[in-house]
Amino acid sequence: MLNQLLQLTVAGVAQGCVYALVALGFVLIYKATETVNFAQGDLMMLGAFFALTASVTLGWPYWLTILFAVAVMAVVGMLLEKIVLRPVLGQPAFTVVMITIGVGYVLRGVVTMIPGWGSDTYTLPTPFSEGVVKVGGIIFAVQQLAVIGMTTALCLVLYVFFRYAKLGVAMQATSQNQLAAAYMGIPVRRVNMLVWGLSAGVATFAGILLAPVTFVHSNMGFIGLKAFPAAVVGGFGSVPGAIVGGLIIGIVEALSGFYLPEGFKDVAAYVVVLVVLLIKPSGIFGETARKKV
Amino acid sequence: MRFVFKTNYDQDIRLFKHSGQVFWYGLLIAALLVAPSLVDEYVMSQLHFILIYSIVGLGLMLLVGFTGQISLGHAAFLAIGAYTEALLQARGVPFVISLPCAALFSAMLGFILGLPALRLKGIYLAIATLAFNVIVEEVITRWESLTGGNTGQHLKPIVIFGYSLASDAAFYYLCLALTILSILAMMNLLRSPTGRAFVAIRDSEISASCMGVNLAKYKTLSFAISAALTGIGGALYAHKVTFISPEQFTLLQSIELVTIVILGGVGSLHGAVLGAAFLIVLPQLISIAKDYLPGNVAGSGLQAVVFGVVLIGFIVFEPLGLYGRWLKVRTWFELFPFYRKGMFRRQKSYMKSERLR
Repeated sequence: MLNQLLQLTVAGVAQGCVYALVALGFVLIYKATETVNFAQGDLMMLGAFFALTASVTLGWPYWLTILFAVAVMAVVGMLLEKIVLRPVLGQPAFTVVMITIGVGYVLRGVVTMIPGWGSDTYTLPTPFSEGVVKVGGIIFAVQQLAVIGMTTALCLVLYVFFRYAKLGVAMQATSQNQLAAAYMGIPVRRVNMLVWGLSAGVATFAGILLAPVTFVHSNMGFIGLKAFPAAVVGGFGSVPGAIVGGLIIGIVEALSGFYLPEGFKDVAAYVVVLVVLLIKPSGIFGETARKKV
Repeated sequence: MRFVFKTNYDQDIRLFKHSGQVFWYGLLIAALLVAPSLVDEYVMSQLHFILIYSIVGLGLMLLVGFTGQISLGHAAFLAIGAYTEALLQARGVPFVISLPCAALFSAMLGFILGLPALRLKGIYLAIATLAFNVIVEEVITRWESLTGGNTGQHLKPIVIFGYSLASDAAFYYLCLALTILSILAMMNLLRSPTGRAFVAIRDSEISASCMGVNLAKYKTLSFAISAALTGIGGALYAHKVTFISPEQFTLLQSIELVTIVILGGVGSLHGAVLGAAFLIVLPQLISIAKDYLPGNVAGSGLQAVVFGVVLIGFIVFEPLGLYGRWLKVRTWFELFPFYRKGMFRRQKSYMKSERLR
């Protein structure tokens, strides 16, 4: 009984890691530019396709594949910010949401037009075996452990980046107060562009981790819709909140899929987010403060 | 250019501002009335969809364009309207009763969805409505004893007082009548104190509440009315397609409904109708264009790309939508040759932070 619970939790955490990484992408962009990027899931999808090309068509090793896909997607993210998002900067949130939805449509459509990608489903080979590890009666899938391990590693890298790197500190400053950051000599626009690049890179990483679970196809980006609840539960605008929110959503999903009747798994994330929005709209880690007129 | 000299206060709230409008709208209605005898079956069918989506667009326009609330969950109301109609019809309830029931039931759920809207703003509201849509879709799928789940529901043609509306023309006149009634209702609503309150909330919640507008009452009311209109649209939609199933009412459908408002022009009733027409005509244009494009481009993804590009293009280059474009063209001719480029330019807006520091 307890073993089963633990096992489900690990499966939930592994799935939650992917949600957490996509949610992290939302939060990074939201903190920097106050834009909610509905195309985050589609950026993830595009990244997975780049990884697919590098891995299958070019035959590169796994680690090089990740580097390549993340680098390419970082450029794509920066271009998106420069070409599409910057002209509408400062318009109402709803307008910007609609424009990112439009970007998502375009990305989904373009992928099906590119020869070699199309609307088929592909598998991305990983070096992790399909095997399982037994620890004291609990069975872990190696894939799941790999996902958890790689997410932890990425979070550590990001933590160090935001804490110690000059650019990371500049990004923090920009997201806290753009005007003050600009006065301190930080090139705010360029930093915002880099944030988009970083966010697209993180999304790509999530896509590569997700690939063994859902396979690579043009609609895999819809999982991004489950990352919204993750970001809201954690508190939109809080980086640790995104990670915790993602894990919560992942675990809730895994448990409700097992203990509750069929159908609850798919809506569990949304029920949780509605409850959180009703009780504490600012999320677990969100700041609450009065709005000034 | 026509100048309207106002000599009494009634002129401010008249439905038609001057005789020119009476003439042109009269001509439009006359053209729509004779349309069934002029166009073929296919065009007729498209006209049905345009009228139905216009009603939905009007509902969404009230919420998004005039009250300033976000909804990414209107497909849920469409579904609720459609299923209420289908289930009531299957139980032998006449159309004249089932249609108001569909509207009322949608309005009730709209009221319930409006309750969280009192506390939520911007993106949080978008996510709450999104969650509502997913949950409603899932409930319809899983509640098989009532809704039939994925096997869906079949509908019979409408019968009003023993007179069957099975023919295309008859159904067209019903849709047309309901669309015109909805437009008139919206025009009346918007010039009433209630409508003014909605607009006040859109422009600034804080100043509206300072002026004595009860935010809780009017926000939920806006959600309810919007949902009711969408429910009516849903009931008609169900009769139009004669078969409904949960996968017709997904989040993507919600997004398409919102694009009606964006493409038509946020904050104008004309926009709702123009946007609906555009949304219906666009896929036809794409399928025509497909014949001239190479094979891998003309695949299933083309529609998504065109849709996305149109959406982005409108927001970046024509934020006032189709109706805004029409206003610009009309002003250009009226003022010729004195039209200036910046006449419709938005005021420079600076980033209004939703964060609080």
